[in-house]
Parts: sequence; structure tokens; C-alpha cells
Amino acid sequence: MTLLAIQDLSVRAGDLSLVDGVTLDVGAGEVVALVGESGSGKSLTALSVMGLLGDGLTIESGSITLGEANLSGASASVMSELRGNEIAMIFQEPVSSLNPLVPVGAQVAESLIVHGRATAEEAKAQAIDMLRQVGIPEPESRARQLPAELSGGMCQRVMIAAAFISKPRLLIADEPTTALDVTIQAQILELMSALTTETGTAILLITHDMGVVAELADRVCVMYGGCVVEQGPVDTIFAKPRHPYTRMLLNTLPRLDEEPKGELFAIPGNVPSPQDWPSGCRFQTRCDRPTAACFERPELQGDAHRFACFHPTGVAS
Amino acid sequence: MFSFLVRRFLQAGLVLLIVGFVAFSMFNFVGDPIDNMLGQEASQADIERLRSVLGLDQPFVVQYWKFLINALDGNFGISYRQGRPVAEIIAERAPATLELAAVSGLFAITGGIVLGIFTAIRREGFLANFIMTVSLIGVSLPTFLIGILLIYLFSVELDWLPSFGRGEVVDIGGWSTGFLTASGLKALILPSITLGLFQMTLIMRLVRSEMLEVLRQDYIRFARARGLSERAINFRHALKNTLVPVITVTGLQLGSIIAFAIITETVFQWPGVGLLFINAVQFVDIPVMAAYLILISVMFVAINLLVDVLYVAIDPRLRS
Ligand SMILES: Nc1ncnc2c1ncn2[C@@H]1O[C@H](COP(=O)(O)OP(=O)(O)OP(=O)(O)O)[C@@H](O)[C@H]1O
Ligand SMILES: [Mg+2]
Repeated sequence: MTLLAIQDLSVRAGDLSLVDGVTLDVGAGEVVALVGESGSGKSLTALSVMGLLGDGLTIESGSITLGEANLSGASASVMSELRGNEIAMIFQEPVSSLNPLVPVGAQVAESLIVHGRATAEEAKAQAIDMLRQVGIPEPESRARQLPAELSGGMCQRVMIAAAFISKPRLLIADEPTTALDVTIQAQILELMSALTTETGTAILLITHDMGVVAELADRVCVMYGGCVVEQGPVDTIFAKPRHPYTRMLLNTLPRLDEEPKGELFAIPGNVPSPQDWPSGCRFQTRCDRPTAACFERPELQGDAHRFACFHPTGVAS
Repeated sequence: MFSFLVRRFLQAGLVLLIVGFVAFSMFNFVGDPIDNMLGQEASQADIERLRSVLGLDQPFVVQYWKFLINALDGNFGISYRQGRPVAEIIAERAPATLELAAVSGLFAITGGIVLGIFTAIRREGFLANFIMTVSLIGVSLPTFLIGILLIYLFSVELDWLPSFGRGEVVDIGGWSTGFLTASGLKALILPSITLGLFQMTLIMRLVRSEMLEVLRQDYIRFARARGLSERAINFRHALKNTLVPVITVTGLQLGSIIAFAIITETVFQWPGVGLLFINAVQFVDIPVMAAYLILISVMFVAINLLVDVLYVAIDPRLRS
């Protein structure tokens, strides 16, 4: 059953198109990874869902629905009713995402109180429970501490607790582990996966890291230059990527089943910034097989596994 | 934390010692006090006697020490001009200045914080932009000009408010207050606005820029993601973070309100210590000038200390 459905979403800053026709859905209880290099529009897509696009950014077209609720046309008050209730979001920088002057327990409890789902007393007790669930030792005393007294990993656990306390139907996690040490990254991912199994919360997980995708996601959606270039079940895409960009992303992963070949593969060149995006296929400037056909814009084709390329890989060309 | 406060106290003490030294030096650099007190016709014997009565024949350091001990005791000597103890004269004048400074400070802080928050939250709005533009004028006009303009408008043209003096005052245990009579309160309005306007604009602009900065922080975005209303975000999450840096500046501004009172008191003929000081300068009344200098610096230092303590109280991060 589809929970979140994004249809043909476009976001722009003034004249500059930053997200261009993104279509993406997340089923109930499903973990969907949104991957792509820096600047491909992952965060903007997520913030559009939350209704939290910053000043100067506007949704130009498209529709976003969560269950029966239409998010793209919703008023500010409807959106703040849904946020921290039906949808929650966590961010990349755990320490700076918590208010430095408010005890962490209060920040976890807050969404229950503002949505009238618990009294201050009940919310406090639930917050302590939640902190225990995310693996914070001595949650009663930790709850009274300020973010600066906690480590980065602890702060990320607090943020996860604040997101899960309202038992949201959808959690958007924007690179939740990028700012953390590698050992802690694994713990946080494990925690998120345990919590989703328990609560049935669906996750839209934004990441650069194909390793994280393999570990956690059911489906994956690859973005490049503000567009979705490929999406489908993780197994299928890892086994048989069709878009050359996806294949290159996968090549950046070390393979456990092969002898290490020395240096890891890196995608040549950089993502052009939005004003330099070519018309037609956005990836043509870095692709290893562009032709004249690529001056046209490729449409997403396929069913469960969709890709937007005139010369997909895995086909003799 | 404790050692921090001890250090601040020691620094404060050092500052006061230096100011005391400057005040004390005035006696020696600005003419001979004996000449000042006895005039030209005094006999040599009289001069010698007074010199030893006043302790002026003792070594410099001893004199300085005595000066400090006396000052600590509230004894600042005798006014050359009025022939009365300086402490007594200042005690008479202090309530006028303190009441004026208190009302101006209150006006500056509440006005500055409220307008600062308003212009930050409604930064696109017409009214907010209007206030910002007007506030530029407030910062650039000199205090005396604002006073004169206010007098012209509200006293001369409209005849609503008095242009000088404190109005009727009531004496309560040696403290003369203007708070208890209608004319006393009316008389406070124009001088308080004149004195507080500059500080209010400064505080307002500071609060606004701090608040805008805070509203850009990650934790505000995360608060929005938790579904908090704009109101809760502005007042529960942003305001507290905004006020931390504002406190220091505001505290220092309060100190300067008392110092700047000289100009306002002159414009409005307000019978406070500022006006007393201006008159003392005209008559080279050194004991009054020295006492004023010391009092003002004690006030500055005390306010600074208080600000440091408040800072720790508001920002729990500093407590550990
Ligand atoms: N307010 C804005 N005004 C103009 N351009 C913006 C604005 N916000 C983001 N962009 C641009 O939009 C593009 C997409 O940004 P987005 O944050 O969605 O990328 P991302 O895929 O999340 O990248 P990263 O992995 O670095 O987080 C970037 O090129 C960015 O510079
Ligand atoms: Mg991003």
C-alpha cells in the first residue's frame, strides 16, 4: 500500500530549476533509499515533503500525498499538525540540530505536548522510555542534560527518539550517519532498522553510501541533477543496474566477493551545478556512452524497475 | 565557575583602584586645594594648620590610601562651592538621576526587545521595515537634538508635558521620588525617552540580528520538523538563544545610560548628579567631580559583574 506518493515534483529558486519532475513513492513500512551525489536534489525533495523548503525556494509543480492527506496544497497549520505526528524528519548534524539551551528530554517530549497527545507529565515519562529504547544509558538523568553534554552519537540517538516518540507513519532521515564515526554509524543504522521493524514506520533514507543502501533499504531511488534516473528493488538494482550513473555509483563500493583491486573506482568529473545542467539527459557530460539521442530528455521506463536512459547498461550497444 | 567569579571580582577591584587614583590625582593637578579653600588673603599659619588638618603634608601614598578609605566610607570631602559634604549633596541628587535612569533603562530594554523580536519575525512586513528605517534616524541623531525636538513638539506646540524639572516630588525617608505624583510622572516621560531612545534602537537592532541568526540554525529547522507552531519556535526556542548575547550588551548600555544622563539632565534641567557634575566642572569643584567619577565607575563595574553572573544563570553551558 502506498503511503507517500510524490508525483512529478519540481522545485525552483527563482528561475533556477533545482528539482525537476521527481516521481517517487514509499509504501507503508517500507525503507526506500534516496541516493545520489551532493547537489542532486535529495534534501530539497525531502524538505518539500515536510513543507520546510527555505526562503526563496518554491514548489513549482507536482503533488505530494501522504495516505489520504494532500501535502503539496496543505496550509501551514495543517502541515505543522502532520509534522511530528504522521511524518518526522531527522538531519545530518545531530549536535547542532538540538537546541543548546533546552534539556534533551524536553526536546524529545515536545512533539507529544504540542500536538496535545499527552500532558507534560506523561510526555516526560514517555520521553524517558523512548530514550531508553534508543539505547541511552541512565535516561532519567540524561534527559535533564543539555546537548553539549552528550556525544554526537548520543545526540543522534536523541534525535531519533524525538522522531519516533510520536510513532510516525513516515520518517525521513537525511544522511543520519554522515557526521558520525564509522563504528557509531553501524550502531545507529541498526537502531533505526530495529525501530522500524517494531513500529512499522516507513523510512525515506537519504544517503551517499551504497553500503548503507544494501544493508537497510527495500527499494532504492537514484537521483542525478534534480531528476530520478533509476529506481527499483535493491536486489535487482545491485545485481543489474540499467543506468550508467547507477552502475558507476555501485562501482564505488568495495566488493567483498572479489579481490581488492587496489584503488576504489571514483566517478570521473563533478556534478555540474544547477545552472550548468545540460538540456536532455543531465548525465551526458559524465557518461561513458553518450550519443546524439541523449540531447533529448529520456523518460523513466519500466515497471517495478524503472530507469531513464536511451542506452541502458546490460544491453549490447 | 567559582574561580571565574573570583577573577572577575579581582579585576573589578583593580579597575576601581585605578579610577580612584585618577580621581585623587585631580586634586593635585588642578590647582592647590588650600588656595581654593582659603583664598588669597590667608596667613601662612592658617595654611599650614589646614594643610595638616587635611593631611596634605603627608606622603602621597598615605594621602591616596586615606582618600580610598574615606571614599569607601562614603566620605568624599567638602564641596568647594557649596561648603557642604559632597556625600550629602550627591545623596540629595542621586534619586533624580537613578529614577530617570531606571525608567529610561526599562523603556530601552522592553522597547528594544519587543521591537527587535517583531522586526525579526515580520522581517518582510511593511511596519517592520518602517521601524528599521526610523531606527536609523534614532541612532544617528544626537541626544540633545532629540531632547530639543521632543520639547518643541510636546511642550511648546502641544503643551502636553513639562519641558524642564522633575515636577512635584515626595520625600520618603530621605529619598525624593517623582513616581508618586501625576506631575512627577509626567515630567519623567520626555527625559526618559530622550535618554533611552539611543539605547533602545541599539538593543532593537541587536535583538533583531541575533534572532535572525538564531532562526537560521539547524535546531530551529528540527523544531519545525517536530511540528512546533511558529509561536512556540519563536518564543520557546529562538528567544532564549537570542537573549544570551544580548544580555552583555544590554548591561553595558545601562551603565552608559547613567553616564549619558549628563546631557539629558542639562537639556531638561533635571536636578540629578549629571547636572551637578556639569555645574561642578564650571566652578572647578574638584571634590564633587572626583566623587562623581568614582560613583559612575563603581556603577559600571557593578553592572558588569551583574551581567557576568546573569550570563551564567541564563546559559547553563557555562555552569559546568
Ligand atoms: N535556497 C537555495 N537557493 C538556491 N539554490 C539552492 C538552495 N538550496 C539548495 N540549493 C541548490 O540545490 C541543489 C540541490 O540541493 P540539495 O540540498 O537537495 O542537494 P543534496 O542532494 O541533498 O546534496 P547533499 O548530498 O550535499 O546534501 C544544490 O545544487 C544546491 O546548491
Ligand atoms: Mg542534502
